[in-house]
Amino acid sequence: MKVSLNWLRDYVNIDKDIREYCEIMTHSGTKVEGYEILADEISNVVAGRIMSTEPHSDSDHLVICRVDVGKKDLLQIVTGASNVKTGDIVPVCLDGATLPGGKTIKTGKMRGVVSEGMLCSLGELELTVNDFPYAAEDGIFIIQEECSVGDDIKEVLKLTDTVVDFELTFNRPDCLSYLGIARESAASLCVPLNIKEPVVAPSNDGDNINKHLSVRVENPVLCPRYTARMIKNVKIAPSPLWLRAKLRAAGVRPINNIVDITNFVMIEYGQPMHAFDYNYITSKEIIIRNATEGERITTLDGTERTLTRDMLCIADGSKPVALAGVMGGLNSEILDSTATVVFESANFNRESIRHTSRALGLRTESSAKFEKGLPACNTLPAIDRAVELVLLLGAGEVVDGVIDVLSTDIGVRTIKFDYTRINELLGTSLNFEEMASLLVPLGLNTDKDGNLLVPPLRNDIITTADIAEEVARLYGYDKIPETNFIGEVTEGRLTPIQKFKTDINTVMTAFGFTEICTYSFISPKFYDKINLSAESALRDGITLINPLGDDTSVMRTTALPSLLDSLSHNYKRRIPSCKLFENATVYLKNGDMSAEEKSLVFAFYGDGDFYDAKGYTEGIFDFLNLKGFDVISTNENLSFHPGRQACIVKDNAILGTLGQIHPSVAENFDIDTPVYAAVLSVPLMFDAHDAEKEYRPFPLYPAIERDLALITEGAIEAGALCKAIRSFAGKSLIDAFVFDVYKGKGIEEGKKSIAVRLTFRLADKTMTDEEADSAVKKILRRLDVDMGIKLRS
Amino acid sequence: MREHLENIKTLAKADIQATCSEAELESVRIKYLGKKGLLTGILRGMGQLSAEERPVIGALANTVREEVDNYIEERSRLLKKMELQDKLITEKLDVTLPANKKSLGRLHPITQIENRMKEIFLGMGFEIVEGPEVESSYNNFDALNAPADHPSRDYQDTFYITPSTLLRTQTSPVQIRAMQDREPPIRIISPGRVYRCDEMDATHSPMFHQVEGLVIDKNITMGDLKGTLAHFAKSLFGKSTQTRFRPHNFPFTEPSAEVDVSCFVCGGSGCRLCKGEGWIEILGAGMVHPNVLSGCGIDPEIYSGFAFGVGIERVVMRKYNIDNMRLLFENDLRFLQQF
Repeated sequence: MKVSLNWLRDYVNIDKDIREYCEIMTHSGTKVEGYEILADEISNVVAGRIMSTEPHSDSDHLVICRVDVGKKDLLQIVTGASNVKTGDIVPVCLDGATLPGGKTIKTGKMRGVVSEGMLCSLGELELTVNDFPYAAEDGIFIIQEECSVGDDIKEVLKLTDTVVDFELTFNRPDCLSYLGIARESAASLCVPLNIKEPVVAPSNDGDNINKHLSVRVENPVLCPRYTARMIKNVKIAPSPLWLRAKLRAAGVRPINNIVDITNFVMIEYGQPMHAFDYNYITSKEIIIRNATEGERITTLDGTERTLTRDMLCIADGSKPVALAGVMGGLNSEILDSTATVVFESANFNRESIRHTSRALGLRTESSAKFEKGLPACNTLPAIDRAVELVLLLGAGEVVDGVIDVLSTDIGVRTIKFDYTRINELLGTSLNFEEMASLLVPLGLNTDKDGNLLVPPLRNDIITTADIAEEVARLYGYDKIPETNFIGEVTEGRLTPIQKFKTDINTVMTAFGFTEICTYSFISPKFYDKINLSAESALRDGITLINPLGDDTSVMRTTALPSLLDSLSHNYKRRIPSCKLFENATVYLKNGDMSAEEKSLVFAFYGDGDFYDAKGYTEGIFDFLNLKGFDVISTNENLSFHPGRQACIVKDNAILGTLGQIHPSVAENFDIDTPVYAAVLSVPLMFDAHDAEKEYRPFPLYPAIERDLALITEGAIEAGALCKAIRSFAGKSLIDAFVFDVYKGKGIEEGKKSIAVRLTFRLADKTMTDEEADSAVKKILRRLDVDMGIKLRS
Repeated sequence: MREHLENIKTLAKADIQATCSEAELESVRIKYLGKKGLLTGILRGMGQLSAEERPVIGALANTVREEVDNYIEERSRLLKKMELQDKLITEKLDVTLPANKKSLGRLHPITQIENRMKEIFLGMGFEIVEGPEVESSYNNFDALNAPADHPSRDYQDTFYITPSTLLRTQTSPVQIRAMQDREPPIRIISPGRVYRCDEMDATHSPMFHQVEGLVIDKNITMGDLKGTLAHFAKSLFGKSTQTRFRPHNFPFTEPSAEVDVSCFVCGGSGCRLCKGEGWIEILGAGMVHPNVLSGCGIDPEIYSGFAFGVGIERVVMRKYNIDNMRLLFENDLRFLQQF
């Protein structure tokens, strides 16, 4: 909320430097977002009187003026405007003057005639006809304010002010007003608060509002209070300068005296007001009721609105005349011809106002305030203030009497003031008097029993914790000592699964993979990009009702597309090789909620092939102490190359898939080089791993190696061959390692030669050549008999 | 004979010292000590000496032989040393030539800072507790004392899955779960992803990361909150870091505070990073609202507690002087490799 300090000073003496004031307010809980010094850019502009005018000899439209600016000599100023005449008071830029927008005015020549400054229009001072209704929209601003020649224009036009922008919190709707900010300022600065109760002098002419108007509240839940007063013999006119200047500083456009008064009171009290033209209220009654379904009203902005039953409206006997708390109806608008005005000052349910405002897409200053939940106690003082201003401005005569329909409690509440508990909560040691005295400037007093009396403006204060906050902020958060909590010792440690995730990060970075961070929500199109089949269960994920856009509309069920997208980002930027990983959360549908689990995905291009992908995977498993898995050939995953993919299986559980990304998938991500990747389930890996590691001593006896070249059918996989060899060998075989596969010359068509290195070792003695040869012979015989595999000759 | 031996010794010494390579040294060794060498010849001709002379000359010849051996060995060591020196000279490299680049994997800066924060709190005896990102609106709002019409519940602010489930807007629901599951003393932090309806721009992202903390016990005061966060800030940003508490309002806590730390670039005097303020707002905190405690079955008359939350992205950006949040989610290797 923007607050004019000139205006605020009506209620509280702020004699601090602006920065210091802002600092104090922020630290007592009314946060200052920033401040602006109005008319800061205007300098060296003064009021001047036109003493004579004469046409420029060399121009049809230029006029040479002699201007009195209170100095010994008159200034000669050339202007293009045609509305100045001798005797006019005008804003005059002296030599070196500055104007809004950083414009500087210097003495110069216009068509050969010296001009010692410039005469200003409204626009050049960043003003409009709303600020000065008597002024011409175009041409030089002819000033009608009381002033002397040479006076600083900022003083003459009341342009000087500082506007402070406060960020108010949800719990303090009472601060959405100048009086609220004044109250906080007085308490924070420890200075007196000067708020006068509005006084309305009665007409005593025998007239009374009840003779003209009745008010019926049909829905007291949505309208806890409705207060009305009447003004007769209204004279619609522009407001005086002081009022216009205040509204301008508060960012409100002046319109006419009655409308300006309602706005002024709304700003001052935070209480939205409405003014009806009494003549257009048929049957002379005001009914606060729910709209009927489909009922229509044209609001002040000229738009016809169709209402629903859950919207509250202000109606007369036949039609709605206003949307309660949101906007008035065009049918009862204040016009220049208005003679009798009904002021409304009401309290509406905040949720109802919010709903109506949202449903109609109509947000106003008034609805924004009601949505915050305003105190009902304000309606009467606010309406009295409006009438007081009407009388002050001579804008009309008061009709005696007030209609005030009240169905809520606006009394002072008495709550327990447990200062001991407050000290316990804050870590302070204030005594009762010290604590109570901190609260007095906020209007929070104590009774003789030591209870706290909470005024109706402060509906936010309910519990001891609420009082503690008031105490703490006025005492000063900075005065609360910094202490260390003491208590039973607790152990800070990672859980096994947290440790496991940390280990994954360690091994991945050790392998040279860089961690990425991608969004959890993706575009459903990503599933198409990774060739996911139309029936895939992964497509049935969690969908957002209100995503920012299609690109972030579903919670990913796989992290592969996000990973490939990141890889693509780097590929497009010509990064020659790239290794990325993410220990990503995926979100699987589980009723209304999600089953969230971690998926380790990694991918690379530019350096390495399928066997590197396999090597990384096995290396990860090794580091995580996950043993006894098989790498099995598969072609089921459509995201991967059908002939270059494998899944990792342990105890019938598929821990993950690795391989080359299908070239068409890579192409979907604009990558035209082979990409290798793996998708591994973290929970399954966690279940399959062994948390305990045990040292195994080095072998005592040397190993002995034998290399065999075996001729097999072309379709036989190396893995199957080694598995067979292991099963045929005794305990002495400790490794069978394929180091070459050869097809071509010298090998029969359709067959291949697989070179295997067998390593033998005995646990209790050195193995002899003879023993090794015999073991090999045994293996070869079984290979031949069982599988028809022979040694290459 | 004696003279002859002495002579050989002198000659051998001179010859040895004149050698410039191992090969030359070897030929000198052969000349004197080889099968047909001069000294070998003398030793072989010992039989012709008299019985008195034989042991004397024999002993002398052996001494000379040993000495010559020593000369050769000494010379050999020297020659090897000289050879190495020559080799080292020829092997001199231009060390200013470019290195063979080694590419190292890195953790994302968000993870790095998150890990740092975890370490600090683990050291203070906190547990790390995680929870689901798709949450009930009850856990995300109601249990956290957010009024039914609090603006944060709006579709403009929160992503909904159904009217009653949503993407958590804070990791506080994890604290609710923890309070329901455990008995005090509770000391936990809950790191994780959170979501709010903000379009991606230089300072916003619809998904970001938080670390929130919660302490519940008897006699926990706001002073303890200040002390804990002061320690956290010093550990994270350096020993001279100051913290400053400003009143604020959060539904979950009462009293509530926004917490600033002194700018870690200028130390408080004002600079570009802190926009001249000298302070940077990084935390929200407060004393856990009694409604929240009693809602989780903890008696607010007996127990009290504090909670705080910090956005990791904001800290990462401030700490590394990153001016655009998009960089954190673009995953450009040239960016990620800098941390």
